[in-house]
Amino acid sequence: MTDKYAFFLGCIAPLRYPGIEKATREVFKSLDVELVDLEGAGCCPAPGVIRSFDQTTWLTLAARNLALAERKGLDILTICNGCFGSLFDAAHLLHEHPEMVKEVNKILKEVGLEYTGGKIKVRHFADVLHKDVGIDKIKSKVVQPLDYKVAVHYGCHFAKPSKIKQLDDPERPTILDELVEAVGAKSVNYRDKGMCCGAGGGLRTRANDIAMKMTEEKLGNVKKSGARFIIDVCPFCHLQYDRTQKDIPGYDIPIIHLSQLYGLAFGLPKEYLGLEAHVVPVNL
Amino acid sequence: MANIKEPNPEFADRIVKSGGKTLNLCYQCGTCTASCPSGRQTAFRTRKLIRKAQLGLKEDILPSDDLWMCTTCYTCVERCPRGVDITDIIMILRNFAVKEGYMADSHKKTASNMMNTGHTIPLTDEYRNLRKKLGIPEQPPTVLGNAKALEDWKKIMQITGFDKLIGGK
Repeated sequence: MTDKYAFFLGCIAPLRYPGIEKATREVFKSLDVELVDLEGAGCCPAPGVIRSFDQTTWLTLAARNLALAERKGLDILTICNGCFGSLFDAAHLLHEHPEMVKEVNKILKEVGLEYTGGKIKVRHFADVLHKDVGIDKIKSKVVQPLDYKVAVHYGCHFAKPSKIKQLDDPERPTILDELVEAVGAKSVNYRDKGMCCGAGGGLRTRANDIAMKMTEEKLGNVKKSGARFIIDVCPFCHLQYDRTQKDIPGYDIPIIHLSQLYGLAFGLPKEYLGLEAHVVPVNL
Repeated sequence: MANIKEPNPEFADRIVKSGGKTLNLCYQCGTCTASCPSGRQTAFRTRKLIRKAQLGLKEDILPSDDLWMCTTCYTCVERCPRGVDITDIIMILRNFAVKEGYMADSHKKTASNMMNTGHTIPLTDEYRNLRKKLGIPEQPPTVLGNAKALEDWKKIMQITGFDKLIGGK
C-alpha cells in the first residue's frame, strides 16, 4: 500500500470549505498516511465546465498538475469528484493518445515541465480509504461511533464513466455506504440515490434556477428517507446542497463531507471541521 | 446562409474527428433522454441533440441553450446500449460553440477567474480567516501566492489561446 500521496486541493475545498481540507489532513494522519502538499498546483481544471470551453487548455493544465505529482513521484489524492474526474480522465486520455502527450508536452516545455505518463495514479480519497486503508483499520480508529441515519450522495464523477474508472458499480455503488457504516452510521436507501446534485457541467453558473430544481428533487427524496445528514465526497456537490437550501423553503438537511464525518468519528475536536462555513447549521 | 435544417456532413465529420467517433453508432432509442436528470426539468432532449449532431445541424446546435443543460453526469453514457460517448460529444460541441463566440458571461467569469488566479473562485478574507483559525496556511499551497507557478499557469493559456478565446486579458 502506498502510504504517501500528493495532496491535490482543488478550488472549493480550500477556498469555501477549508474544514474539508483540515479534516482530510488530520484523518489521514491518524491513519498513518502521509499527505504531501502539491505546491503550485491549480484548478484541476473543472471537468464539466473548463473542458467544455476548450479541451486543449483543460488537458494541458491537467497535465501540468499531473506532471507536478510525477516530479514528486507520488500518486495524487483528491478530495473532490470534480478534481478526481478531471485528472483521472485527462491521464486516461493521454494514455490512450500518445499524439496528445506530444502536443501537451510541447506546451509544458515552455514552463519547464514534462508529462511522462504511467508513473503515477490519480486516486479519490474515498477509494483510498476503502481499498488501501481498509474498513478494519478504519473501524479500529473510531473513538466516537456515529449512530446517525445518513443519506450518502455519490455524485457523478466518482464512479462514472465506469468504462474507464472501474471503481464501483455505476448504478448501484456500495463504497460510500460501506465507508459510512464503518463508523457506525446507517446508510439509508432513497429514490434516485445516484442522481446528480445539479451543479455540474457549468449549470450552477449558467442556469442556477435549473440546477436548483435538480437539487430540490434530490433533497425531497432525502427528506422522505428520514436521513439526518447528507454525506458527500465532493466539495462542489457539498456547496450545491448547502447553499441551495437557503433558497428552497422547507429544507434544512446538513451536509457533511466524508472527511468531516471521519474527523468526528476519530475524535478530532469539532473546531477542526470548519463547520461554521456551512450555511445549513450542522448540529451534532 | 446555410439552411438550418440542411444536413451538413462536413460538420458531422468534424465532430467525429474531434473525438466523437462513436457518434454514428446511435440508433435513436432514447435511453439517454429517459435517463437525463436535466431533461426532467428542461426541454433538453439528449437523443435529439445527438441526432442533430449526426446530421451536422451546426446552426441549430451551436447557439442553443440546450447544449448547456447537461451537467456531465454520464448517466446516459452508462446506459447507452450502443456505447456512444454522449457526454464527450456534448463537450466537443460546446468547444465548437465557444470557438464561434457562444459563451455565457457567467462562464466567461469562471474561465477568467481560473486563468488569472489559478482557481475558479477567489480567496476572500472570510475564508482566509477561517483557514487561519483551522491552523492551515492562510493561503493554500497552490498557484495562489506562488508567483512562478501563476506565471507558468497563465503562460500555458496564452499558448493555447484561451485568453483570447474567453475575451479576457
